[in-house]
Order: sequence, then structure tokens, then C-alpha cells
Amino acid sequence: MQTSSTEVVQVGGGGDVVRVRHAVRKAAIDLGFSLVEQTKIVTAASELARNMVDYGGGGTTTIESLLDGNRKGLRLIFKDDGPGIADVQQALRDGFTTGSGMGLGLGGARRLSNEFEIDSAPGKGTRIAITRWKGIV
Amino acid sequence: MERIPILKLGKCLIVSIQVDMDDGTAITLQDDLTEKIVRHRAKGVLIDISALDVVDSFIGRMLANTAAMAHVLDAETVVVGMQPSVAITLVELGLSLKGIRSALNIEKGMELLRGIDDVPELANADEQH
Repeated sequence: MQTSSTEVVQVGGGGDVVRVRHAVRKAAIDLGFSLVEQTKIVTAASELARNMVDYGGGGTTTIESLLDGNRKGLRLIFKDDGPGIADVQQALRDGFTTGSGMGLGLGGARRLSNEFEIDSAPGKGTRIAITRWKGIV
Repeated sequence: MERIPILKLGKCLIVSIQVDMDDGTAITLQDDLTEKIVRHRAKGVLIDISALDVVDSFIGRMLANTAAMAHVLDAETVVVGMQPSVAITLVELGLSLKGIRSALNIEKGMELLRGIDDVPELANADEQH
């Protein structure tokens, strides 16, 4: 698998969530994603970028365009050095929140992605990687 | 911070969201709308989101909250013009926006709200005394 391009967006505040959405949209268009595919990955990115701002003290979003044989995909990596998540399974459940949100962010982002990885522990920060492949529902 | 303009037309307030809102802008819009419903004694609120290519859980919650607050203040809310790709994504995200009335476009939305003006006034109440 090849990574054809990589872009890193620093995420510190609410305005950066909008910047992540725009950067992910552009990468998805460049890969030829359909409008629905674009909207799904941009929405997932918006949820995860906001989580970094609200709970992780900010972080980075890395946008990688992937080429795997005939497959084209977009991988997004969200990394923060915040407090981390004590119970990942609980955090993935719809409706669970420690803040004022609706608790749809993590579970929703997972549903909107083809692949979802999460790596987090208390005091260790959080790293979430999501991938969507073009043409896969 | 950007501020979304709110127009008054008869007993209705009309908002057309034309920018990609950050969370602060969305909250400001919610507050402005609530305040203007009271100030103008508005009976209807029409929110056009046809220009939004993303509605995530935060913006979805803002729309639902605005509709709920408007309802408590005796005004009905209609959200119009949601793009099909946004609707598909919202449902998969887990947000069905059940409490929100929606219409395909501004025209249909205004038709829904126009019904509100037909509510008979209590004009005859005095005549009984």
C-alpha cells in the first residue's frame, strides 16, 4: 500500500474543526469520492476533530491519500496528548458522554468509516485512525 | 466571529445558513434566534440549510435545540433544503432529528408555516361579556 500524499492540520480550537473539514473534503474530491462518500468522511472527521478540541486539549489531524492496487482510500489520524479514555468500549457506545455533547461522536465516526482503530489509555493521550475506501459502502 | 443574519417576514423569522459554521457561530445563531422569537413575537422559524454540505452532531443538536426552544416560546420551526447526502450521513451518524419539522425547499417550508397564521384569534372572547 502506498501513501500518495500526506497533510497535517493542527487542531487547537473550534475554527480548526472547520479547517479539518475543508482539508478532508478537498482530499476526498481529489481521490474521486462520490458526494455521499465525501460527506460521510468529512462528517466523521468533524466529530473526531471536535473531540480533540473538547476533550484532548487539541492535537493533530493527518490526512493520508492511499493507493492499494486499484483501491483508493483516505486515512485520517487524530492524535492528541490529552487525558486519554479510561474505558474505550464505553466511550464508543452511543449516548455516552463525559461532556455536554450527545455522545454520538465516536460511535458515529466509526459507523461512517470502513476501518476504525482507537488507541487510548489514561494519561497516554488518544490516537484514532479511520479509513474510507472509494466505492465501498 | 461570524454572525448569521436573521430576517423577519410577517410573523416568521427566516435564516439561510450560507457558511460552514464553527461551533461558536452555531451557538450564537441559536441564542440570536431565541432572543428574536421573543422580541418579534414570531410564530414561525424557517431555517434553510441547502448550502450546508455537512451537518455533524453539533450542528444537528443546535437545530434540534433551536426547534425545542422555539416550541416552548410558542413558535414552530421548519428546517428546509437538507441535501440528500447530508440526510444519509446524519441517519448513519445516529441523529434522526425526530423533533424537527422539515420541508424540501423554502417554498414548501413557508407553506407549512403559513398555516400558523390561520389559527383563529380569540376575537369573540370579549363579545360574551
